[in-house]
This record gives sequence, C-alpha cells and structure tokens, in this order.
Amino acid sequence: MRFRLTDDQAALRAGVRELLERRFGRQALRAAVDAPGRLDRVLWRALGEAGFFALRLPERDGGVGLGLPEAVLVFEEAGRALLPGPLLATHLAAGTVPGAASGETVVAAVDGELVEWLDAADAVRGDASGAVALRSVDPLTPLHRVTAPPGAAAVPRGPIAVPPGPEAVPTGPVAAPPDAVSVPSGPVAVPPDPVAAPPDPVAVLLTAAEQLGTAGRVCELAVEHARARQQFGRPIGAFQAVQHLCADLLVRAETARAAVYAAAVTADPADIAAARLLADEAAVQGARDCLQVHGGMGFTWEADVHLHLKRAWVRARRGGGSAHGAELLAAALAG
Amino acid sequence: MDLSYAPEEEEFRARLREWLAEVLPTLPGKPSPDDWPGRRAYDLGWQRMLYDAGYAGVHWDASPTLRLIFLEETEKAGAPYVGANFVGLLHAGPTIAAEGTPGQRARWLPPILRGEQVWCQGFSEPDAGSDLASLRTRARRDGDDYVVTGSKIWTSHAEVADWCELLVRTDPAAPRHRGITWLAMPMDAEGVTVRPLRTLAGSPEFAEVFLDEVRVPVANRVGEENDGWRVTQVTLSFERGTAFVGEVVACRRVLRELARTAREDGRWGEPELRRRLGRLDAEFRALWRLTQWNVSEAEASGGVPGAGGSVFKLRYSHARQELYEAAAEVLGPDCLDLDRPWVLDRLSSLSYTIAAGTSQIQRTIVAERILGLPRGR
Repeated sequence: MRFRLTDDQAALRAGVRELLERRFGRQALRAAVDAPGRLDRVLWRALGEAGFFALRLPERDGGVGLGLPEAVLVFEEAGRALLPGPLLATHLAAGTVPGAASGETVVAAVDGELVEWLDAADAVRGDASGAVALRSVDPLTPLHRVTAPPGAAAVPRGPIAVPPGPEAVPTGPVAAPPDAVSVPSGPVAVPPDPVAAPPDPVAVLLTAAEQLGTAGRVCELAVEHARARQQFGRPIGAFQAVQHLCADLLVRAETARAAVYAAAVTADPADIAAARLLADEAAVQGARDCLQVHGGMGFTWEADVHLHLKRAWVRARRGGGSAHGAELLAAALAG
Repeated sequence: MDLSYAPEEEEFRARLREWLAEVLPTLPGKPSPDDWPGRRAYDLGWQRMLYDAGYAGVHWDASPTLRLIFLEETEKAGAPYVGANFVGLLHAGPTIAAEGTPGQRARWLPPILRGEQVWCQGFSEPDAGSDLASLRTRARRDGDDYVVTGSKIWTSHAEVADWCELLVRTDPAAPRHRGITWLAMPMDAEGVTVRPLRTLAGSPEFAEVFLDEVRVPVANRVGEENDGWRVTQVTLSFERGTAFVGEVVACRRVLRELARTAREDGRWGEPELRRRLGRLDAEFRALWRLTQWNVSEAEASGGVPGAGGSVFKLRYSHARQELYEAAAEVLGPDCLDLDRPWVLDRLSSLSYTIAAGTSQIQRTIVAERILGLPRGR
C-alpha cells in the first residue's frame, strides 16, 4: 500500500506553499485584516494562472486535469495561509461560470443561510436575494445572511446570479435557483433548507481540507511559541501541561489528515463526512488550544491565532454545520 | 496517495480468506476466561494451525501491508487473536530475532512459531511502571549463572508461561539506562512464585511474579550485559506498530451492533444518540485510515514502525473508551448488568489509557520526540 504523498503531490504542495508565501505573506495577511471585505483581484488572477480554480477541469477544457487528492492538498495550503476570498465557490464554478477558472470572475455561493464574499463577487450561485450583510466575526470573511422569507418577491441586488451548467450566461437581474433544487425559475426564489439539502460532497471535502490546513498551522504556531516563550527561567514548552496541549494538537491534526486524504482517494460520501467532522474538530479545538498556549498574546488582535479560530468557525458552519455529517454516518451505520 | 493493494497482496488476502473459511468451523469451543490450561491449549492450537498453513511468521517476516491484511481478515472472520502467544510473537520473539545469537534463535524461535511454548513479560515492577528504567530486580553474576531477586507485576499469562522475558539490573552503580540486562528465564526455575492478580473486570488477567535467588544461565542473556535497555526498545516499537489493527476492525463491528440495538429498541429517533454513534463512526473510520497511513510509512522506511504509533495509541485508547460509554448509553439500565454484552468490555476499556504507556507518558513522548519541545520534568 502506498497511502502517502507521491513525489508529484509533494512537489505540488511545496509549490503552492511557496506561491502563497510569496504572494500572500504575513504583511499581506495583516493588510487584508486592515481592509476587510476587499478582495485582491491581482492575487485572484495569479491564483487562476497557477491553476487554483481550474485544477480539476479536464485538460481538453483548459484545466489542469488533476484529481481530488491534489485539490485537497491545494486547499489545505490555502487554509494554512488563511488565504481570503470565495475560493471554494469559485473553484466549484470553474467550467460552469465563464471566467471562474482563470480567476477573471469571482464567484460566491449561497450556502444554507449564509453567503461568503457576496459584495466582492461578480456572480453568485444560488438565490441571494434579500441577503443582509452581517458584521462578520472573521475580519477575513465578509458574510451575508439570506433572510428572504418563503414566498417573498426576490429583490435584485448585488452581483448577477447565474444558473449552473456549462452554457450558463448571465441572465439579467433575476435570481435563478441553486443547482440540485429543481423549482421553476422566476421571481420567487426558495433558499435551500439548510438541513434537508445534502451538501455537495466535493464542497464538504475541500472545506475539510481547509480546516486541516488550519489544524496543522495552529499546531506549528503553538509549538513555536512554546519553544520561544520563557517563564520561570525556561521555555514554557518544558512544562508538561503545555507539552500535553501541544501533543493533543498534533494528534487531532494527524488523525484528521489521514481521514481527509483517504476521503480524497475514495470520494465516498461517508468517508468525506467523517473527514469533515474530524477536520472541523481539529481546526476549531486546535485553534483554541493554540490560543491557550499563547497566553495573553493569544487574546490580542496582533497575534494571528484569532484569525485561525475565526476562520475555522466560519468554515465549520458551512453546509449547515456538523449535523449532516453525523446523520449521514449514522444512516450508513444503521443501513 | 493510493489506498489500493498490489495484486500479490490481494492474492494473499484471497488465499487467507479461503483458508479461514475452511478451518474456523473446525476450531474447538472457546475456553472460559478462568480456565488457564484450557486457554493455553486453545491459543497454542491456533498458532499450530497457522504454522501448518504457513502463516506463523506473519508478524515477523511479512511486509507491514501483509500484516495489516492478515490482522484485518482474521478479525473479520472471527478467528482467535494471538492470546497467550502475544509476548512470544510480538515481544520476545522479535527481540530474539533481532538481537539473539544464531544458537538462541534456533533454540527459542521455532517453539514460538509452532505453538509449543508460551512466553510472558517481566518488565514492570511495583515501583517501576511508567518509569521502567528505575527497575530494581537485581541480578548478580555467580559463575555461569545470574542470581535474580526481585518482583515483577502486570505479567499476563504468567500461570501458563514456559519462559519470561526479564529485565534485570546488573549494574546498580551505572546510570539507570545503562545497568539493565535482558534475560530469558524459565518459569519452572526454582525460586519463581506466581500470584494471580484480579483486574477490576473480575478476571485473573495478570499476575505478580516473585523472584527469590532464581538462577538463570548466562547463556540465556540476549544482547550484552548492561545493554538491555537498547535491546528492549526493539520490542517496544514493535508493540506500537500494527498491534491494534484487529481491534479497530472489531470496534467498527461493535458500533454497527450498537446502531442495530438502538434501532431495535426504538431509540433511533433520538438525534443525540444517533449523532453520537455517527461521530464515533467518523472516529473509527479515521483510525483505520491512520493505520493505513502508518503502515505505508513503515513500508517506506523498511518496516520500522514510526512515531505515528504514539499518535495512534493516544487517539485509539480514548476512542475505545468513548465507544463503550456510548454502549452504556444504548444499554440504558442494562449497562449495570455484567451478563449483558459490552459491560465487561466497558470495564476492560479502562486499561487502554494506562497499559503500554499511559496517555500522559504518550503525550510527553509526542511533545518531546515528535514536536521537539524541550525536555521537562
């Protein structure tokens, strides 16, 4: 069995990490924090050129022709770097929404009752009519809440909604229903029920990959701090209470890694659901433990730890939270 | 990343399945837990069947992937686990194979493989548990013998063992890791007294072994005098490799049984219980993948189990306890009835965060050896 990264996969991961360090280093990260809601279009096109969005499109359609495992590695790096923007929605729109694959078109998507990056997007998938901006907890992810009550007339606003499908073209200021919900198009838009509609497994998997990136990064940050920070005349990492927090960070991240990578290979919805549950836990609890290891510094705006925690919270809400995954696995157990 | 198996690995699996389907119906009934001679005969008999079919050395000379397949398939088929052969096959045997002389290998290994002799482990002492290197059982050289005095604890299968892999202190003046020697002690030697220890589950799983001026020939020493600590490390890394493969398979089966029971009892409508079982399924799916990841790492590094073993053990021992807590929830008031399934398993699961290195020791190992944090104390 060869359940480990191939040389090509390791090179891909190293290449993406290098690209993101160069194009979105710490300075760019903090600049983005200071300018919430602004999407760096130059960076976005650079991501497009690097194949970030066209990664899984067949080569004959101008894509890179790679598979889910490679996409998972790329999204893990994006999560690690706290790369802002509707990466997942644009990646999933590549090949469907013109310009998405190249990074020319920024695509947002309605996910249950939330939309990330609506104002910055050129196109939105799903019905975002009546969406109201939230004061997002995450300075790197602007959020809208879809609040349209059922039966209310859709109010055209913001970017133009595009229906899915390869021939999709912008159809004017009328919202189209999201894919997988076959209601006739028209002025009445039905937001998908966040519990009833099963989330797209690929979206779930790539979210898990981003969470895995956070889980790995917060473990590194905690260990770096525990080595450097001195109290009582020695590094705090020499104290077992701190050591054990760090060990648990690694255990959660590595267990999630095995689950996420395996799900990328099998593409089985139950494996993907499991990967998501583990990765959500590894990211959210990991970021909290990392914050704890940082002590008072962890509670400041200057330290990056809170950015990881807040982003992990945002991702953990996708697809209606963890209930879907647990239910899917329970159903598989009982089936 | 590839989760598929090579054609020769699939062929190994198919042949093993066929053989298991053929021989398992011929097995005698399982002896009761209190019947030590019966357990010994049963476990040795199973090892003999493995030997005759060519599977006896699978823990030693097969690739990590074949070992994984062997443990997965035998568990799925409901075959016996190593039982009384545990120390011989997974501790003492590999140590002798790696560190013994040709004569020692010829003397001790064939009887282990053929299912003729049982080994037990004399490492821990009442005052040397997690801090194994502080062990005090003393061995004094007298001519061609060592004379051993002291006591060992948590020794499984001591009542029916032929041999004991024993760690003794041969140089009390040396730094503690450098004064330890590895000996093979015959359990019928004069001065060996075995006292059974009952576990909290009520079963006589362990024993204390008292050693009073026991004479062990110098020829029974594996490795150099005072080099026993290094010799032991070979053994311990073996234990943390693929040791829990079969158990993860078994836990996933228990989880399916819990779901079925909850449904039969009309409790599947409780979202909290349902999702709890769903989350546990995620946990054991992940542990299975982590096993495959670790096996692939071992395959790439030439068969040596890596640091992934400590990560796995920490997560698995906790998950196993969570599984049986969920079982108690499914059982309701029956969780207090020892005659119900899973109740004894819940009790024995309590040992998992303690045995073979407590979770606290494992976290320290992860922090210092994998994450490179400064050594504490």
